Amino acid sequence: MVQVQLWGSLRDAAEGEETVEVEARNFKQLLDRLSERYPGLKPQIERGVSLALDGRIYREAWFTEIGPDSEVVLMPYMKGG
Amino acid sequence: MNEMSPGTRDFKIIGTRVKRPDGVDKVTGRAQYGADLTVPGMLIGATLRSPHAHARIRGIDTSKAMALPGVKAIVTHADFAEIEDEGVRDVAINCLAKDKALYHGHAVAAVAAKDAQTARAALDLIEVDYEKLPHVTDVDEAMKPGAPVVQEGRQQENVTGDWSQNVTSYCEFGHGDPEAGFAKADHVIERSFKTAATHQGYIEPHACLASMTSDGKGDLWCCTQGQYFVRTLCAGILGMEASQLRVTASEIGGGFGGKTTCFIEPVALALSRKAGRPVKLVMSRDDVFRATGPTCSSSIDVKIGMTKDGRITAGTANLRYQGGAFPCETVSMGAQAAFAAYDLEHVRTQGWNALTNRPKEAAYRAPGAPMAVYAVESVVDELTQHFELDPLEVRLLNAADKGTKSSYGVTFEAIGLKATLEAAKAHPHYSAPLGENQGRGVSCGFWFNFGGNTCVSLNINEDGTVGITEGNPDIGGSRASISMMAAEELGVPYDRVRTIVADTSSLGYNDVTDGSRVTFAVGLATIEAARDAIRKMCSRVAKIWDIDAEAVVWKDGAAHPSGPNAGDFDPMSLAEIAALSSETGGPIAGHYEVNADGAGVSFGVHLADVEVDPETGATKVLRYTAFQDAGKAIHPDYVEGQMQGGSVQGIGWALNEEYIYDDEGHLLNAGFLDYRIPVASDLPPIDTQILEIPNPGHPYGVRGVGETSIVPPLAALSNAVSRAAGVRLHELPMSPPKVLKAIMARG
Repeated sequence: MVQVQLWGSLRDAAEGEETVEVEARNFKQLLDRLSERYPGLKPQIERGVSLALDGRIYREAWFTEIGPDSEVVLMPYMKGG
Repeated sequence: MNEMSPGTRDFKIIGTRVKRPDGVDKVTGRAQYGADLTVPGMLIGATLRSPHAHARIRGIDTSKAMALPGVKAIVTHADFAEIEDEGVRDVAINCLAKDKALYHGHAVAAVAAKDAQTARAALDLIEVDYEKLPHVTDVDEAMKPGAPVVQEGRQQENVTGDWSQNVTSYCEFGHGDPEAGFAKADHVIERSFKTAATHQGYIEPHACLASMTSDGKGDLWCCTQGQYFVRTLCAGILGMEASQLRVTASEIGGGFGGKTTCFIEPVALALSRKAGRPVKLVMSRDDVFRATGPTCSSSIDVKIGMTKDGRITAGTANLRYQGGAFPCETVSMGAQAAFAAYDLEHVRTQGWNALTNRPKEAAYRAPGAPMAVYAVESVVDELTQHFELDPLEVRLLNAADKGTKSSYGVTFEAIGLKATLEAAKAHPHYSAPLGENQGRGVSCGFWFNFGGNTCVSLNINEDGTVGITEGNPDIGGSRASISMMAAEELGVPYDRVRTIVADTSSLGYNDVTDGSRVTFAVGLATIEAARDAIRKMCSRVAKIWDIDAEAVVWKDGAAHPSGPNAGDFDPMSLAEIAALSSETGGPIAGHYEVNADGAGVSFGVHLADVEVDPETGATKVLRYTAFQDAGKAIHPDYVEGQMQGGSVQGIGWALNEEYIYDDEGHLLNAGFLDYRIPVASDLPPIDTQILEIPNPGHPYGVRGVGETSIVPPLAALSNAVSRAAGVRLHELPMSPPKVLKAIMARG
């Protein structure tokens, strides 16, 4: 199981939890499982999210592998100038 | 190949200050910018803009204008395709208004005519039937229930509370229990801040030349930060397939984020399609101010608690941004960046975006971060004044470091904030004496940086030179840095390598030049493309020597036999291998494509000395030093230039720049005379100190450097003014009348 930290305004869509657990080996599976388990997260996931894995931020990268003890943080889609 | 870890490698070319490849063209006027291309049969375009801040468009009658001799085409929003994608649809409506004019200067129709005079005359003959509507330009007013609604139905699902429909998004970040943290503080300060909308201020206005043929193919030449994204937007707006539209990026006279979208390109294409001739469309400076993206303006509340020895016990920030008449997510970047410099047990930021009758926000260098960090760094500074503590010591005491759980949830990898603070503390600037009415300000700054979609081709020419094709316009010296990284990896002199920027039909997709991504991501792809070419060259040489490919290694620009068992062969240089390429299998090239990640976040610390004239309230910047972690500076001149440029833009944001509206929602200062950016005579030399804490996510340790430098100046200047004048302002810009008013109020 992967523990995923949600940013504050997503927590209402995940039964108030700051961290949720899903079964996933990569980012795509993680996002799919999150959408299935917490339909309230789906609109934001469809608008775009980034993910941080062990401190490194990924804007997309579906097939990035997630280790069992990895820190995974859901983030808004990164934007720059 | 040399694949040592960043930080341990002994570079030969990286870190030197080689000649810039675009220097001669730019100083001789030969460089081709957006408005420089002219083709036979070309028409000139002109745009009609709304005189109202908010008005329903009941009808547009173009018949009289079309009847004017020399007018070849007129387009309105009806000439665009039906668009499903919400983001592309917003860009289309911003390029040409649909049912409503949403801000003063919103484009409503456009003309193509035989010359500029005829085109302008035709604009006067277009009759638009407007129904004027109530408007709102202030973010706090726009959020109130009962405010004029700019666009209906744009709220995201997570917006709750008693707001007007203008509030489109809400975000929250943080951890811990701020109230518990405040209870542990010896002093808590809560302040409210406002920052004005500021424009990116690029010197080159938007310009393009569009040519559509009767069989549906299109060519577009334009100044942009990303030709591929222009293609995506224009193809979507015109209803074209991407393969039928070729976009070529011109040389670019500044962008800073403001050229990461479209304003005129789809209009020029629509005019060309209708007229059957090429159309050039160039914005005036007035148009640039009225209708291209400034950054968001903001209204921010910050509360921070501190112990008497300088430890921050908790921090909260409520951020309200307006990004004009269309939804934007910039506030989420500000809410994540606000407290990023600090290691905090209790922190919470909340952000709201609101629609207003202003131009659609466009990205501006570290979008969202400068104003958020300004507010936080101002309160941190006020607390250090309250306790009479050293501002750099307090920041060092609280600084985020490797292993810190950031305020946006991610645990930091290796970061350079503490090293940057130590460098500032040790610099002679920090201990230099100050005179009467003078003060010194300090601020930290932070930006994420990212990589993104990148595609690079590297060709080994038959004469032993190297050609690189990349897909990002060169804004900050990328052609030089890309050539340097290729030369370093291949082991050839820098002047044997030439990098060119491809059009959209010549190379795979590349993201726009934003997010401080190009030196990181295109550099990474270039190094990998060079390694791909090296593998192929080693393979050719192995066949020539009739040994295994694994027995050939690349060193100092040549293939060498690896070890005594490989045989005794003289090394073959890149030029020798290239000369035999026809005989050994044909052209040699390296290629790499990636959606790059691992850009590594970046921190900066700025010191600013100012003198405030107590008679006029005018602030003069006396001395300015920027410290920043660049990971590895490929070409230090360009890195220093980014640090200086961001500092200057931040100084302008802090002291002078603002969009000024009257009661009718009309923009009053759409020109450089009334919207005053700092010029050389306003500024001291901007001193820089580059720190190099290698980014583990890049083969040479590179971090992005382009954006972080605009984040600290706002607070550095405000903190300096508070010490120089003995008054703390909570609103930007700190223009002389505001400073004088504060001084007089103090008595």
